[in-house]
Amino acid sequence: MDDPIMVEVKDLHFSRGSTDIFRGVDLQIPLGKITAIMGPSGTGKTTLLKLIGGQLVPDRGQILIDGQDVHKLSRRSLFKLRRRMGMLFQSGALFSDLDVFENVAFPLRIHTELPNAMIRDIVLMKLQAVGLRGARHLMPSELSGGMARRVALARAVALDPDLVLYDEPFVGQDPISMGVLVQLIKKVNLALGLTAVMVSHDIKETLSIADYVYIIADGKVMAHGSPQTLNVNDDAHVKQFVHGEPDGPVPFHYPAPDFFEDILAPAGQFS
Amino acid sequence: MMRHIAALGRATLDTLSAIGRAGLFLVQSVVCLPSREGFHLWLRQMHFVGVMSVAIVLVSGLFIGMVLALQGFTILVGFGADEALGQMVALSLVRELAPVVAALLFAGRAGSALTAEIGLMKATEQLTSMEMIGVDPLRRIVAPRLWAGFVSLPVLTVIFGVVGIWGGYLVGVDWLGVYEGSYWSNMQDSVDFVDDVLNGMVKSLVFGLVVTWIAVFQGYDLIPTSEGISRATTRTVVYASLAVLGLDFVLTALMFGDLG
Repeated sequence: MDDPIMVEVKDLHFSRGSTDIFRGVDLQIPLGKITAIMGPSGTGKTTLLKLIGGQLVPDRGQILIDGQDVHKLSRRSLFKLRRRMGMLFQSGALFSDLDVFENVAFPLRIHTELPNAMIRDIVLMKLQAVGLRGARHLMPSELSGGMARRVALARAVALDPDLVLYDEPFVGQDPISMGVLVQLIKKVNLALGLTAVMVSHDIKETLSIADYVYIIADGKVMAHGSPQTLNVNDDAHVKQFVHGEPDGPVPFHYPAPDFFEDILAPAGQFS
Repeated sequence: MMRHIAALGRATLDTLSAIGRAGLFLVQSVVCLPSREGFHLWLRQMHFVGVMSVAIVLVSGLFIGMVLALQGFTILVGFGADEALGQMVALSLVRELAPVVAALLFAGRAGSALTAEIGLMKATEQLTSMEMIGVDPLRRIVAPRLWAGFVSLPVLTVIFGVVGIWGGYLVGVDWLGVYEGSYWSNMQDSVDFVDDVLNGMVKSLVFGLVVTWIAVFQGYDLIPTSEGISRATTRTVVYASLAVLGLDFVLTALMFGDLG
């Protein structure tokens, strides 16, 4: 990769309780590209986004955004840095006491001194881009899951950020909204020249729009490369994941005692 | 045996760290410059936390005052001292019952609602997304609610006291026939502004801070699942009620302990 680097993750270690989530992860997110981070459920993909956003602190290692170490910043500088980031949450995370319009206007009202008329124009432009200009007076509780995520996308890019973090943008969507979201993310990225980090395990959709892919498993980067190279990768982990095989290095069964012995366990030893 | 000691140690450490977190949380949310935006958010919370608690405070205050008069009369009349009814009703309300009962009602009505509201915001990632937009939820969500609780409980306490005294009047004077002049003049003679009214207000300020602090902290610190929210809501009501009753004893001892 010769592109300039926007986000650099160096030797990242992170654990929750006694479970190690990351054991030395190194990543480089190139400027202006869509980088996907993939991996089986429970590998800490969302945790990685939270580490990049500075909401969690790593045990060891560094995360540099545009050369600044996220976890060495003061609370104030961290909030300043976050103004240059947008994040699309899995649940949408719209503010339930504000309507669609005010949700998208929220970051503008907080961070800019723009007059109301201009805020209105910007919000309508963003809502038009996600096709929900007509839904601007609805409350979040009146939106379908797909619509909520589109509003959240409009809100995430309201301030024209440099970096957008997508947390599982395709989870739980019907095929139509899935297609809409894939197109939207691609389009928005191209139009605004954003750097995008997308965490996902929807292989087909993700590979179709990502420029570069990292696969994480067992707390480490298993493989990385362009979508084309990953499709022909021979590593067992990568193959199981990319081709969706039920059993492989990631076992189908949760660790358990021998099935036969378990069934025949004498009464009184049930657990 | 070792296991019990270890469990005790862990529980102590957990409690200490929770107290530390709660302290930091309070300082970080309260210490900030006032702004116009903050004022609007505070006003909205005053409505939700304060105004919407008025009905329950009115009804409870009225009944407590009426019961006080009824009970007090039956005791006082035995000593031929039923003229002192006004004094008894007013002193028990102003010094004790208004601050304490209003705070308990407040914990049940507004405290539990605050915990559930903030908890649900946390569970639906609204707090995280606010942080990611670059807005500190401690300032925007927690601070207006804390201030609203701190300001509205003393006001509710005054309302409680006034309605209670009126309830006592209804029962004592209108129903049981205590002489109206002695009801009011005995009250006027015996209730001291600084010793009684002001001390009662100090109590309700302390209760307002503690109850709201517990409520917002429990909401902010909970485990974001439905079980977590239900537990935190229960904890708010239990901890806040116990804190009010415990602090009431301490404050009463400090305020009135040397009067005897």
